[in-house]
Amino acid sequence: MGRYVARRLLQMIPVFLGSTLLVFSMMYALPGDPVRALAGEQTVDPTQIAAMKKNLGLDLPLWHQYWNYLIGLFQGDFGTQIASGRPVADIITEAFPITVRLTLFAFTFTVLVGISMGVFAGLKADQLRDRGLLILTLLLISVPSFVLGFLGQYFFAFQLGWVDPNVSAEANWDELFLPAVVLGSLSLAYVARLTRTSVAENLRADYMRTAVAKGLPRRRIIGVHLMRNSMIPVVTFLGTDLGALLGGAVVTEGIFNVKGVGWNVFDALKHREGATVVGIVTLIVVVYLVASLLVDLLYAVLDPRIRYA
Amino acid sequence: MRGAKSAKWVVGAIVVALAATACGGGGDDNGNGEAASKEKGKPAGYVSIDVGEPQKPLIPADTNESLGSYVIQSVFTQLLDFDAQGKIVYTNAESVNSTDSKTWTVKLKQGWKFHDGTPVTAESYVKAWNWYANIKNNQQNAFWFQDIAGYDDVHPEKGDPKSEEMKGLKVVDETTFTIELSAPVPYFEYKLGYATFAPLPEVFYKDTKAFGQAPVGNGPYIFEKWDHKKLIQVKANPDYQGPNKAKNKGVLFKNYATVEAAYQDLLSGNLDMIRQVGPKDLPKYKQDLGDRAIDQPYAAIQSLVPTFYSKTFKDIDPKVIQGLSMAVDRDTITKTVLNGTRKPATSFTPPGVAGNQDLGTDVFSFDAAKAKALVTEGGGVPGNKIWIQYNADGGHKEWVTAVCESIRNSTGVDCVPDAKPDFQTDLEARDNDEVKSMYRGGWVADYPLNVNFMRELYGTTAEANNGRFSDKEVDAAFKKGDNAATLEESIAAYQEAEKLLLTKMPAIPLWEYKTNGGYSKAVDNVTVDFHGDYNITDVTVAK
Repeated sequence: MGRYVARRLLQMIPVFLGSTLLVFSMMYALPGDPVRALAGEQTVDPTQIAAMKKNLGLDLPLWHQYWNYLIGLFQGDFGTQIASGRPVADIITEAFPITVRLTLFAFTFTVLVGISMGVFAGLKADQLRDRGLLILTLLLISVPSFVLGFLGQYFFAFQLGWVDPNVSAEANWDELFLPAVVLGSLSLAYVARLTRTSVAENLRADYMRTAVAKGLPRRRIIGVHLMRNSMIPVVTFLGTDLGALLGGAVVTEGIFNVKGVGWNVFDALKHREGATVVGIVTLIVVVYLVASLLVDLLYAVLDPRIRYA
Repeated sequence: MRGAKSAKWVVGAIVVALAATACGGGGDDNGNGEAASKEKGKPAGYVSIDVGEPQKPLIPADTNESLGSYVIQSVFTQLLDFDAQGKIVYTNAESVNSTDSKTWTVKLKQGWKFHDGTPVTAESYVKAWNWYANIKNNQQNAFWFQDIAGYDDVHPEKGDPKSEEMKGLKVVDETTFTIELSAPVPYFEYKLGYATFAPLPEVFYKDTKAFGQAPVGNGPYIFEKWDHKKLIQVKANPDYQGPNKAKNKGVLFKNYATVEAAYQDLLSGNLDMIRQVGPKDLPKYKQDLGDRAIDQPYAAIQSLVPTFYSKTFKDIDPKVIQGLSMAVDRDTITKTVLNGTRKPATSFTPPGVAGNQDLGTDVFSFDAAKAKALVTEGGGVPGNKIWIQYNADGGHKEWVTAVCESIRNSTGVDCVPDAKPDFQTDLEARDNDEVKSMYRGGWVADYPLNVNFMRELYGTTAEANNGRFSDKEVDAAFKKGDNAATLEESIAAYQEAEKLLLTKMPAIPLWEYKTNGGYSKAVDNVTVDFHGDYNITDVTVAK
């Protein structure tokens, strides 16, 4: 087990290097010069642009820039934003907590509501409530999140006046509720469907019949025997979903004015702030890696037959 | 077991949370989707506006985009400012005089102080301008000082500055200094109203970096805090002596992820002013806001700029460009495609700048038959095809397509929109002379004078002349305006030059920009200046 974890952690290093290099070269390949763009349609002074590039190290070849970036990274320096001159680390420390809060909220919502809906429907597969769930989740899957976002804003903020349409600068828990539900609803649909299918299938398994035959109470049969085995596909999905939620919240964060990671990546891309994009993407990669490691380790807990050397 | 039990708890918790938020948010809404201010975290008497994150640190000479300018203008006051008619209003200056347009004497008002209590002196200006212009400090707007004698010493084309000071700037006494220019510029006084000419307190030179995050100015507002990418807060300066003293207690400049989000906050009472309504809400914003909707043109113009190095427009007969201009149905496009957010242009300069005139021409009005005749008369367009380059990230696609359609239908010249993914790429193509035949240009007045819309754009050596238009007669006409003895003569000379431009067609003016914004019930007295920006200091909190 320990060796397995160590090996997995070591594997993260090449993945980490590879992904940063990839993102770095993609940013480099994009046309458009961020330093030049600062001047807009106004007069441009080429001497000044050259001087600014030199100060920022942007006049160096790609490999050299990447090398400098890596060296900086190991010293805890995420680089500096071109326009604002602020350290990227500051931007990350401002944006990450908000997105983490939003993600955790959305994730909890997905897990709890999704799994309970799935179990609820899966226990009585092909009956009315199961059909109802299938239709509901189909709707959630097919409606794009921005439609859902605007609808949510329209009904809950403008028609009912329950919440404010936007998240304020403080990003309080109660404000994040609606965006989190919108953000989580797509995964919710998948989680519910995965759980439903796997529960419905496992209900017919031999060990279930054995458990019933042993005369175990129903709560124990469903809670331990059925759930434990039905969770494996769901946990796999949730692991990768956590990363997707963190990184892919661009649309939802835009609609609800959440100043989180997704919005910051979008903003940085627009302004060609390479260091910011690479910094945030790197962190998302790390989150993905850790989440998938946790998923793999959870397998062993859920199914003791799976063992790691 | 564990799973099932906790699931029950959470469903319960969500119901409770829903109920709680229901109690918190309701009640304030007055039913028709619009509420009075209930903004969180806004101190009493403050007003709020959607002004996004300034691109750069808040140093006057390093800010040239409108977001940062808003904050700079509130914290700093220059020598002078302009009123709604584009006339000069002295703010920090008592007077600015010149007898020969070459040497200017500036007298400051007595008793002005920076927000840290130090006095605003002639030295505060001279030292700041020298610092701004110095190439070592890499200020975006350094070129604004190039009229001043000795600029080349502090800002050489190559290498290190030869001097730390421009020889044209001299402190006479505590409140007087002189500016000597390298050549007479009759309208130099107008330039002094640009935010870049702000003074700096001594504290700036101790730590410029810290200053950029928390500026100390001499303006109507005192800087309070900057929560990056969220908001900037300033409070009214009680000791301010200028004519534009704040009528509110302070301002929150709030950053929104999208204009739609800002608009929704305006409707729900979480925001007082919105600078621009997004395309999604434009069709209904007047209905939503009633007489609190703002729909006002300002001194900015959008045009199609032919690139005179391209195969299409090299050595072209100006008649062809006149024809293309007449082929654009400005009225219909501004009304339909642009939802009334623009006003058809009638000259090369917008109203609101001194010297704007009626050119008495039909070149800017739609006439398909005449357009076609002019294009044919001028020998046609080489290849019978033009491209209009634009940036796809700025909402230009719709109107460029419509303009092309209009040109194609009326002249038979094939017109193709040429999209660049974003503004950076668009600018790069312009700088490197890679525009296929035309690009969409836009220009907002730096100072409200007709000069600003010609000299900077169409002079042979002008750096913003990306169409590479070059004409000896035009240059001579501009020079005549620059060498005029007085401001009035200079404006008149440029009016003559504008008439000449009409026969040369360095660009096709399309329309003037408009501010399509609005404000909430919580504020009154919201007006727009020649930049299209709100006069923040005039805004009052509604009783």
